[in-house]
Parts: sequence; C-alpha cells; structure tokens
Amino acid sequence: MPTQVSPENVEKTIFDGLVELGTERDQLARDASLEDLDVDSLDLVELAQIVEDEYGVELKGDDVKDVKTVGEVIDLVVAKAS
Amino acid sequence: MTRRVVITGVGAVTPLGVGAQTLIDRWSAGESGIEDGFGRCLDFEPLDFLSKKEARRADRFTQMAIAAGNEAIAQAWGEDGELPYDPYRVGCVIATGIGGLVSLEREQEKLITSGPKAVSPLAVPLMMANAATAAVSMRHGLQGECYAVASACAAGTNGLGDAARMIRAGAADAVVAGGAEACITGVATAAFASMEATSASGISRPFDARRDGFVMGEGSGVLVLEEQQAAEARGAEILGELIGYGATGDAHHLTAPQPEGEAAAKAISLAIADAGKSAVDVDYVNAHGTSTPLNDAAETKAIKAALGERASDIPVSSTKSSIGHLLGAAGAVEAIATLEALRRREAPPTVNWEEAEEGLDLDYVPGHSKPIENGDGPLVAISNSFGFGGHNAVLVLEA
Repeated sequence: MPTQVSPENVEKTIFDGLVELGTERDQLARDASLEDLDVDSLDLVELAQIVEDEYGVELKGDDVKDVKTVGEVIDLVVAKAS
Repeated sequence: MTRRVVITGVGAVTPLGVGAQTLIDRWSAGESGIEDGFGRCLDFEPLDFLSKKEARRADRFTQMAIAAGNEAIAQAWGEDGELPYDPYRVGCVIATGIGGLVSLEREQEKLITSGPKAVSPLAVPLMMANAATAAVSMRHGLQGECYAVASACAAGTNGLGDAARMIRAGAADAVVAGGAEACITGVATAAFASMEATSASGISRPFDARRDGFVMGEGSGVLVLEEQQAAEARGAEILGELIGYGATGDAHHLTAPQPEGEAAAKAISLAIADAGKSAVDVDYVNAHGTSTPLNDAAETKAIKAALGERASDIPVSSTKSSIGHLLGAAGAVEAIATLEALRRREAPPTVNWEEAEEGLDLDYVPGHSKPIENGDGPLVAISNSFGFGGHNAVLVLEA
C-alpha cells in the first residue's frame, strides 16, 4: 500500500530522499533553493523514483522543470496526488 | 622541432594500497596485494576523496581514477591543482577495459527484479566507458581533447601512447592520462573463469612453469604528461620522459595471442625505434606477464625477437605478480611502476617465480629486487601491454 499523501509525510520523504542523494540534512528547509543545494535534473529524476515508489505519484521531467525550492517539490507531489 | 613528452606527476590506487609510492615500495619489497585469489583495493575508501554525492555519481572505476588523478595532479601542479596552461591545451585520456561494470550489473538486477522504472537515471553516466575521463576532466577543469581508450588489457598503454602523441603533435601542452578498472563483479569473474583465463589456484606467478591463469585486480593509475620545454620553463620537477610508443594488432584470434608473438615483437621494435633507441639501449622490461600459459610464453618469444641478445642481459619482471591483472588500468599502473623502478635503478621482482619452464629463460627477477645496471646515466625501459583482440602496445620510458 502506498503511504498516505500528506504534506508532513511528503516532506519527510523528500528530505530523506535528498539526504540519500548526498545533501546535508542541516541544509534542508522548505525554502532552500535546489540550486544552492546543488540538486540538479538527475537528482530530481531520482527523487521522482522515490516519490513514485512511496506514493504511486508519477512526476515527469516537465512537471519539475520550473521547480526552484524544496518546498515547491513537496507542494507539487501533494498537488499531483490529490 | 620535435616536441618531447615528460612525466611530472603520478598517482595510483592499487591492491597494494593508495598512492604511487606505496605501489613501488611494496612491490619492490616483494609484497603481494592479492588475497583469496583477487587483487582488490581494500584500502581504498571513496569518501576520503569524494563527497557522498560525488561518490554516488561515480562507478568504482571512476572513483579510483579520481583518487589517482588527484595524486598525480597535486604532484605536477600543486595541491590547489591550478593549471599552468590554457585549459583548452590540457587533455584527458583515461583508458578502461570495460567501464562501469559494477553499476551495469546493479542496474540490470533492478531491471530484472523491479522493472524498468527502478533503473537509475544515473545508470548510463555511471557505466559509460568514458565516465572516468569525464569525472577527472570536470574535477580539474581539463578542457582539451578528452576521451576514453578501450583496448582491453592494452588500454592503459594505448591511452598513454595517444596522450603522448597528442602532445608531440602540438594538439595539447599537457594531458592527464592513465587507466582505471573495477570489474571484480559476478559476471566478469564468472566469464573469465568460464574461459579459463583466470587462475584456478588464485596465484599470480608470471613466467613460472606452474602458472595457471591471471588473477583479477582492480585499481587506477594516472600520469601527468607535459611538453618538455613548457614543463622546464615553469620549473617543474621532471620525473622521467616518455620517449617512445609502438602499437600493433595481431589480426589472429579473439583472445589468444599469436604463439610466436610476432606482432607483439613488432610493437616493441616500433616503440624502440620511435624513441630513437636500439635494442641494446633497453635496460629493463616491465612485462605484460599475466601468468597465463599463453601470454607468458608468447611474450618471452616477442621480447627475444625484438631485443635479440640484449633480452638475456637485462631484468624482466611483472607487476602483475604483486597486484594481479588490472586489465584496462594495467598499462597505466605499470608505466608508473616502470618509471619508479628506473628512478630507483632497481627492478622489482616477479613475485612467486620459482620454477623455470623450457624456453622461458629470461631473467625474471626471482625473489628480490635487483639493480638495473647501465652506468650512471639515465636508464631506459619498455613496458608491454597486450589485450584480448590482439592489441599490442608498448611504451619506452627514460629516467
């Protein structure tokens, strides 16, 4: 069963995912910019895999191409799920 | 005017440990990095050299190339690694036999067990054969000609030969060049065992009558090559000179060498002629010496054919006796070992060599290192590499 989509659950998933991809946890915040965190398009594709595994929500490259902050990624996943 | 190629930095990650000096110190002492039939780089910790993110984005062969590249560049250009040349005049050639096999096998497993959506978007950039070149060039801002060379077990030597030609031709002022390999994986070990290329005994004993195949190793060797006048103008410490390169193809068999080693001998002769030297000028041979029955017999014939009487007067030893066969990295690591042997004027031993075989009658340096003798001047050595597919590549080094 996919995990229930809630802003809190998704935030945890995204934060944990970014740490797994090599971001320092103490740098993570909703308003942290992906560029400052050195999160690039390849990271976003890996993050999308994690999200799909967890929630069954599919994110395409087009969906995330304008996303600038960690919070926007979280909001996008929540919005796509509802 | 001829442009000459000098070596100003070396770096290595091998089963004997991290560092070029570790390699030569331990091999010269007759030590072995082979355990349980494999030459693994057990001392290599990627996170000593890479951030967690960088490590995730590099296959093991690339991780090792980055570490070896850092060492070589720090020696040549200082710890900050600031390039002494226009970045577009600095190339990068890191050879490999196979590329990112660890990554390929991991992603294949995911594909089979979890389906295509589980395959990482990093799979291709991790496994591509030029991944190590890409990583080293990005890390140090090398913007000249950058590519990988793939010619199986000759790749490291072909790569250094290409790099030297790039400098000689005026296409680059410096090239960071070497080889990297990390394929002690399920498929590769099974495949080499299946074709009976690897040693059933797990012992690397090149040129010994009891040899029964090679021992798989992993690692990387990277050298900084520079145009001689430019290097001298900036006051660089010159470690040695790459004075000749020769390469040929057997056009004979997919895996077996020509039994008489004719094309291998030709590569040796071409390399010596390219260096402007004669057979009598060669003071030491760093053999390909894989410990396979076929290679070591054919290579001995090739050395004799190319060097004539000189062959029986000089030491011939195999680095693979100490670290196993590093495949596409072998030629680069062995070029470093050869260079350092010349600098120390001492031929390290062919470890484990005890029993002679009829026809294999060169001085394979059993037991202990021995002096390389030829007066007080610079010494000359050849380093041989021969690959599946019949690729023969030979470097001539002077130091």
